Amino acid sequence: MAMRPAAGHPQARKAASNTVEETLKIVVLVKHVPDAQFDRHLTGQGNTVDRDESILSELDEYALEAALQLSEARGGAKAGNEVIALSMGPAGAVNSVKKSLQIGASSGVHLSDDALAGSDAAATSLALAAAIRYLGPVDLVLTGMASTDGETSLVPAQLAERLGLPQITFASALELNGSTLTARRDGDGHSDTVEATLPAVVSVTDQINEPRYPNFKGILAAKKKKITTLALSDIGIDASQVGAAGSLTVVETAAARPPRTAGTIITDEGDAGIKLVDFLAAQKLL
Amino acid sequence: MAKALVFIDNPGGALKKSSLELLTIARSLGESAVAFNGELNDDVAASIAAHGAAAIYRPSATDLDGYLVAPKAAYLAAAVAASGADTVLLENSADGKEIAARLGVKLNAGVITDVVGVDADGTAHKSVLAGAYTTTAKARTAVAVLTVKPNSVDVAEAPAAGAPETVTVEVPADAAATAARITARSERPATGRPELTEARVVVAGGRGVDGDFGPVEALADALGGAVGASRAATDAGWIGHDYQVGQTGKTVSPQLYISAGISGAIQQKAGMQTSKVIVAINKDAESPVFEIADFGIIGDLFKVLPQATEEIKKRKG
Ligand SMILES: Cc1cc2nc3c(=O)[nH]c(=O)nc-3n(C[C@H](O)[C@H](O)[C@H](O)COP(=O)(O)OP(=O)(O)OC[C@H]3O[C@@H](n4cnc5c(N)ncnc54)[C@H](O)[C@@H]3O)c2cc1C
Ligand SMILES: Nc1ncnc2c1ncn2[C@@H]1O[C@H](COP(=O)(O)O)[C@@H](O)[C@H]1O
Repeated sequence: MAMRPAAGHPQARKAASNTVEETLKIVVLVKHVPDAQFDRHLTGQGNTVDRDESILSELDEYALEAALQLSEARGGAKAGNEVIALSMGPAGAVNSVKKSLQIGASSGVHLSDDALAGSDAAATSLALAAAIRYLGPVDLVLTGMASTDGETSLVPAQLAERLGLPQITFASALELNGSTLTARRDGDGHSDTVEATLPAVVSVTDQINEPRYPNFKGILAAKKKKITTLALSDIGIDASQVGAAGSLTVVETAAARPPRTAGTIITDEGDAGIKLVDFLAAQKLL
Repeated sequence: MAKALVFIDNPGGALKKSSLELLTIARSLGESAVAFNGELNDDVAASIAAHGAAAIYRPSATDLDGYLVAPKAAYLAAAVAASGADTVLLENSADGKEIAARLGVKLNAGVITDVVGVDADGTAHKSVLAGAYTTTAKARTAVAVLTVKPNSVDVAEAPAAGAPETVTVEVPADAAATAARITARSERPATGRPELTEARVVVAGGRGVDGDFGPVEALADALGGAVGASRAATDAGWIGHDYQVGQTGKTVSPQLYISAGISGAIQQKAGMQTSKVIVAINKDAESPVFEIADFGIIGDLFKVLPQATEEIKKRKG
């Protein structure tokens, strides 16, 4: 599809009755996070997460897989579909962009600026929204259900609010027919079918698919793919709007939770069930 | 005086315990009020009054439930303006957090999620990095938006019940303009057990139950608890995904968590590590779950759980 009016524009899409399906331009948000397999630490004055030993957030692999499947259903990159991996983070975050390219994204964007350090969800969503606008009209923004470090799940909803786009979050199944998205969202005690028209912001859960691994071909192909590095000045954001300065919340204190000391461990000799009940009684838990 | 507004969304016939906790916290911050959505029956209205709310705000529109999150955030923003609240309290569910997220953008208000306690000055306590740290955080903005986990405070009624006035809040006409529509809903059958995230006791089973949740359910029932599961068990289809505890399931912090046939992977720990007392039953002495157990049994869950269930029934007579 050649020209598209801006996202949110009332005539943003051609009629869905097109027989030839339009190509898609999808932005996938991938966050570079500390590997949960190692001990994770809060450091420094802002009590921010130490980012050594970081990886592509495993929950964002589901979003990338969903993007690739939607793109492939319309002929993939060859047919002109785009899957752009966007990560905001310090220098190392480019590794998560590279990994996304190896897995199959068509191009990458790394939003990096010293002023971004310590951004809360509000500042993060502000910067990511500006970066997405910079990329021009897109059909779909796909994200993970939560970052494995921040774990707030605030960013996708805030992006939808800032971009003025429909929000479909926690999608455990996703289908695209023409320009109509249909998703399943499992809530407490019920499961909903949710519908919206492109362009939209969609977050996906780990129930939605089985993410693929990069293969040798993908790793070679990634070397030729383009990564754009953006600074705040490129996307029209002032340093005072992000980072600790632009965040609307501040972490004042952080204390490592005393490690759980291992308690009593017994081996069952035929009466462990009784001993368990004795323990519960002693703890006044019966 | 500080004003706190509690969002209560479709409580049905009675207020959930988590809503009563929010009302209790709101009162400790100053004058409290409720932004209500859904049908307000007499029992619920009486309960809101008993917990000291000075006003109940209700939306002018009734179709907020036909859409995902967005119009509820628009309504709540209007209710904040009408009430002059400086703190907004919501439940820490997926919907609650996302309504808070959008409200934060609309009001340029700081949002803090996963809160487990609020001081009188608005300082929020939370645990982060899968329970590895406890932090205190504060909003730097005129309005603070907090989503609070269940089991954070003891519920208490107000010393004197109020007679809250009811105020209708005009929902902006374009509230649903760019919202995703909910086109169908299927209810899952009620289990008769307590809500997983609110339960005092959780008994959870993993791959070790090998398809049979019977012993786990029997022990949960003997203890009046809820049933939970690891992802290995939900992925195998032995039990529904809404029973999953962990990073991509529910976060629980009950008084007692009994883990049976679960190895204790980091993603499982992320959802249960802040439980008060942890009991683990696993036949592998090397299982990481024993590192966090207050009481661990190296043994076969199919022997230990039924024996414990019988013993509890005997003692309770
Ligand atoms: C992105 C992502 C998200 C995830 N989210 C979650 C999540 O939310 N929740 C979650 O739980 N996992 C999650 N996982 C999966 C997690 O990594 C583990 O794979 C999972 O928790 C393992 O489940 P399990 O302990 O039941 O199974 P296993 O690791 O296979 O352990 C089974 C245990 O049962 C014991 N056992 C077997 N038979 C018996 C018996 N008869 N009596 C006693 N013990 C017995 C064994 O010794 C073993 O320790 C996630 C993984 C990823 C990648
Ligand atoms: N710094 C970031 N860079 C790229 N994507 C992000 C970033 N922060 C959050 N996201 C996206 O937003 C989702 C939810 O994150 P959160 O709201 O932090 O739990 C993640 O799964 C990512 O897809």
